[in-house]
Amino acid sequence: MIEVQNVTKSFDGRTVLHDITTTFETGKINLIIGQSGSGKTVLMKSLVGLIKPEKGRILFDGRDIITMGPKDIKNLRKEIGMLFQGSALFDSETVLGNVMFPLVMFTDMTPAEMKDRAMFCIERVNLTGAENKYPSEISGGMQKRAAIARAISLNPKYLFCDEPNSGLDPRTSILIDELLIDITHEYGMTTVINTHDMNSVLGIGENIVFIYKGHREWVGDMKKIFATESKALNDFVFATDLFQEVKEYILKHGFTAKGAARRGD
Amino acid sequence: MSLIESIGNFGKYCIFMARVFSVPDRWRVFGKRTVAEVSKLGIDSIPLVIIISLFIGAVIAIQMQLNIASPLIPAYSVGLATRDIVLLEFSNSILCLILAGKVGSNIASEIGTMRVTEQIDALEIMGVNSANYLVLPKVVALVLFMPVLVILCMGTSILGGYLVALVTDLITVSRYVYGLQALFQEWYIWYGLIKSLFFAFIIASVASFFGYYVKGGALEVGSASTKGVVTSSILILLFDVLLTKLLLQ
Repeated sequence: MIEVQNVTKSFDGRTVLHDITTTFETGKINLIIGQSGSGKTVLMKSLVGLIKPEKGRILFDGRDIITMGPKDIKNLRKEIGMLFQGSALFDSETVLGNVMFPLVMFTDMTPAEMKDRAMFCIERVNLTGAENKYPSEISGGMQKRAAIARAISLNPKYLFCDEPNSGLDPRTSILIDELLIDITHEYGMTTVINTHDMNSVLGIGENIVFIYKGHREWVGDMKKIFATESKALNDFVFATDLFQEVKEYILKHGFTAKGAARRGD
Repeated sequence: MSLIESIGNFGKYCIFMARVFSVPDRWRVFGKRTVAEVSKLGIDSIPLVIIISLFIGAVIAIQMQLNIASPLIPAYSVGLATRDIVLLEFSNSILCLILAGKVGSNIASEIGTMRVTEQIDALEIMGVNSANYLVLPKVVALVLFMPVLVILCMGTSILGGYLVALVTDLITVSRYVYGLQALFQEWYIWYGLIKSLFFAFIIASVASFFGYYVKGGALEVGSASTKGVVTSSILILLFDVLLTKLLLQ
């Protein structure tokens, strides 16, 4: 579990995060949603320690990343996997090389053991056959899956994803969402996803934190989001006529989305 | 660039270097990466060094013959002057200025692209010291291999002058070879090699610094690459003066 307590961050005198307090739960898909410029990326970067807030605490199962020394941060980071918006695969390495990278750097496995583990992760994300290809030789969706395989290769306790569906077609986005929810439940990870993809919000959001103008405006799950009275959240999530109709349908007939069946709700 | 900004950048560079020169996470990985960088930064520069050295060596010999043709100056002076220009300045300072363009822009653009595509953030989040992992092998590889390039440049440049003597009637081969041997000072070779170590460090570290702190996109990567080359060239010239004063006086 990750607890965010009273986190405040400013840039050049402009406060981007105002006293944010929330919790990201273990074994669940936790979504951070909000408009562009709302502060969700700053919150995500603060969570992984790339940005240091001026005030507040960020506790990883009781360990505060803000006050940690460099050695403890380094150890904590071995428990963290991250999927970047642009995948951030190393161009000079093959898919197999990318997935093996954390194992080479942080384990004492033999080369054969590392390869076995990497191939297991590659199979887990359905990329078998692409292990010897370079990132530039595979599609955006495959790059995202390779990045997920790299992120889970060390069996992380915490998985962070920054806009995992950015630049992907709807079908591939759903595949990535399904993969994320499956591995989160399978490995019992605390998964935090920064997104403004409404399909993800309504399909896999088990714990949703809505950030509005740097404030934590709303917290709930994908069922509660349909009944929200927050105008800012309504305007953001149900911005199109289609989503308005979906909302009205759900409120009338109840929540029977395919995603719910997948999660076993 | 204002003075305050320059001082700020120098401070940032020192902090960056402290991160670069920390103990590698994995020595085996560091060794492999250093060998790869020797190949990429050093061995791949050999054709350029040979071509430039051969032609410049030939041009120096021709210029010397044409400009010092006088009954008061011995004919072997062409070989002597060509040798000393090559050993003292061309094979180290000028070669390093040329390599600052080739190798420096390669380093700055590679690291800069890794920064803007979040590959460096990925390394940091994994708990890898990205400055050390990316930059130290480049610095070590270039410092180790630069003397090889300098010696190659010395030999090829002198060969260029020799070919001029061989295929033209400007100077005889025997006088050129006699000039090469006349008043030879071994220290000039060591002087060139010592200078090249400093210049190699400047090229690799300054280009890496500008690439590492890129913010933005492709345009900024190009801009960082240019800044890296310009700054390292100026520093090479500055250190050339300082080292010449220290080593030759």
